[in-house]
Amino acid sequence: MTSPVKNLIEIKNLTHDYGSVRALDNVSLEIRENEFFALLGPSGCGKTTLLRILAGFETPLEGSVTLAGQDLISLPANKRPINLMFQSYALFPHMNVGQNVAYGLEREKLPKAEIKSRVEEVLKTVGLQDKVKARPSQLSGGQRQRVALARAIVKRPKLLLLDEPLSALDRKVRSEMQLELKRLQLEVGITFVVVTHDQEEAMSMADRIAVMVEGTVGQVDTPVDLYQRPATAYVGDFIGESNFFDGIIVPEGIKHASLGVLPGNRYGKDISGEAHLLIRPEDLRLAVSGEHSIPTMVQDVQFYGGASTLVLSIEGRSAPILMSQPGATSAQRGALVNLTWDPLKAIVLPRDSRRSAL
Amino acid sequence: MRMINTLRKVRPLQLILFCTFAFLYIPIIALMAMSFNGSHSPFILKGFSFRWYSVLIHDTRVIHGLINTLIVATGSTILSSILGTLLAVGLHRYTKSSALNAFALAPAIVPDIVLGIGLLALYALLSVSLGLYSVLLAHVVFSMAFVTAVVKARLAHTDKYLREASMDLGATRTATFMRITVPSLAPAILAGALLAFTLSLDEFVIAFFTNGPTTPTLPIVIYSMVRFGVTPEINALATLLMLVSFTAVIIAQRMTRPSEEQ
Ligand SMILES: Nc1ncnc2c1ncn2[C@@H]1O[C@H](COP(=O)(O)OP(=O)(O)OP(=O)(O)O)[C@@H](O)[C@H]1O
Ligand SMILES: [Mg+2]
Repeated sequence: MTSPVKNLIEIKNLTHDYGSVRALDNVSLEIRENEFFALLGPSGCGKTTLLRILAGFETPLEGSVTLAGQDLISLPANKRPINLMFQSYALFPHMNVGQNVAYGLEREKLPKAEIKSRVEEVLKTVGLQDKVKARPSQLSGGQRQRVALARAIVKRPKLLLLDEPLSALDRKVRSEMQLELKRLQLEVGITFVVVTHDQEEAMSMADRIAVMVEGTVGQVDTPVDLYQRPATAYVGDFIGESNFFDGIIVPEGIKHASLGVLPGNRYGKDISGEAHLLIRPEDLRLAVSGEHSIPTMVQDVQFYGGASTLVLSIEGRSAPILMSQPGATSAQRGALVNLTWDPLKAIVLPRDSRRSAL
Repeated sequence: MRMINTLRKVRPLQLILFCTFAFLYIPIIALMAMSFNGSHSPFILKGFSFRWYSVLIHDTRVIHGLINTLIVATGSTILSSILGTLLAVGLHRYTKSSALNAFALAPAIVPDIVLGIGLLALYALLSVSLGLYSVLLAHVVFSMAFVTAVVKARLAHTDKYLREASMDLGATRTATFMRITVPSLAPAILAGALLAFTLSLDEFVIAFFTNGPTTPTLPIVIYSMVRFGVTPEINALATLLMLVSFTAVIIAQRMTRPSEEQ
């Protein structure tokens, strides 16, 4: 990471209240030029609030936001080179698809011919060229979503904000649209900020993800780094499947009350006192005799064709342990097995009271 | 066979329904039938004729009354549609107070006689001389409440983010109001306007109190004619008025029918 990356948006110490509810608490973030950025977090963590501040529909209590170095907060919504795709799409019901898309260009007072060609072009991009005359009420959910997208990108904004763009769609259309959004983002070269509470969606689309927790940003990283090197136990728990062990920090890992020392990697972090050890299901394996291991019992075996998951239990622990293996497994329900792992891949994390906040 | 079947299936509640309809519509049907009766007397049927319609359009009192009524109805409709729409939008956006909402709709419920006397007292207090314009303003008072009610109902069903979407796409507040808010409310505004028009068309009590002596509206003209007995001419007039009101109400209903939008 030596090449200089240009930040498009810089958010510093942003705080916002709704009455007595603190929706954003001292949020700082950078969004780079031409990146596909995702805001990920559980319901009510302030994702929509952050988008609405960027779009200009809320004025933050404190903090600054700049776009390409220029202050953004003092600009009214209709003067910002930013477009928001609303969660409900907010298509104008009294206008047809073509008029909806042309609306933003007409406000810029562009020549008629240019508006016409740009509308045609963008409708072709989203695959709706034969629906120009249709009313929003005559379209399917996926088609409405495309109109909303077309209406926003036709303005060629510097930044496009999308609030849960796919949540109204059914599963199949949804995964198609994920690919479509990604393709479009590359094609039009606009910076995208997508809000979602679906971590798989964020992982599959985004270049970088900000995980938000109760009005704060927990971690900003690439999907791979978020998964492999979560900064907090909360993030580790939120992203992907995980096995947690709680204990006291020791030099080689943590010391569990009943299982003894469990080795792990601290990634150079300075941690003391209580700590968590996070092991991903695919990093667990069956131990050969003589290795350091923990004894478990097979409760259930789930086979998914390409991979199988073992659900294991440890005496005195209520949460099951998940272990995944490529291909089928010979383990039988009720069998006693010993588990081990590569200490370099097990992550030692400081105690986080919010881990169970999910 | 089928006839007997349907008759057998009539349930008590349906019977009540049919009786209610009969009760409502037999007088109106009788009146319409009589308007085409060639004879002077309702007891002698003299065959189908447009005679009374022809008498009607040559009656200058009636024509004058009609013109006055149309002036009042048109004027009060335009004013109340504009004011009622603005009131509805304002109430919707800026208040959650149910008391304020109730106040805005009250003129539609307050008895006409109270409104009539109240307005007369107000005009007297302000020493406004009475004429068509005082009736017109009086009609605006109650029609506005009806327009507000209809438009507010529609607002509750429109996407609250439409305005923000418009601003987001670069529109000013004025452009947003004219191009998004008003057009998306157009069916409701039109329905409210038609309602206001038909209400004003046959309004008697308030017009009676707030009108000047030289500009009687149609209901007042009819009232003075009826005092000397119902002539078949009045049947013809009533038939025409009903036709107009019916059409307007049906159009209004179509306009406010919950649409399939989103
Ligand atoms: N207009 C408002 N008035 C009062 N409180 C609000 C308002 N909008 C949001 N909040 C509160 O602010 C907090 C953050 O809300 P926000 O809508 O940003 O969450 P979100 O992350 O978008 O959630 P979701 O995933 O459910 O959409 C929540 O606690 C919410 O209840
Ligand atoms: Mg939200």
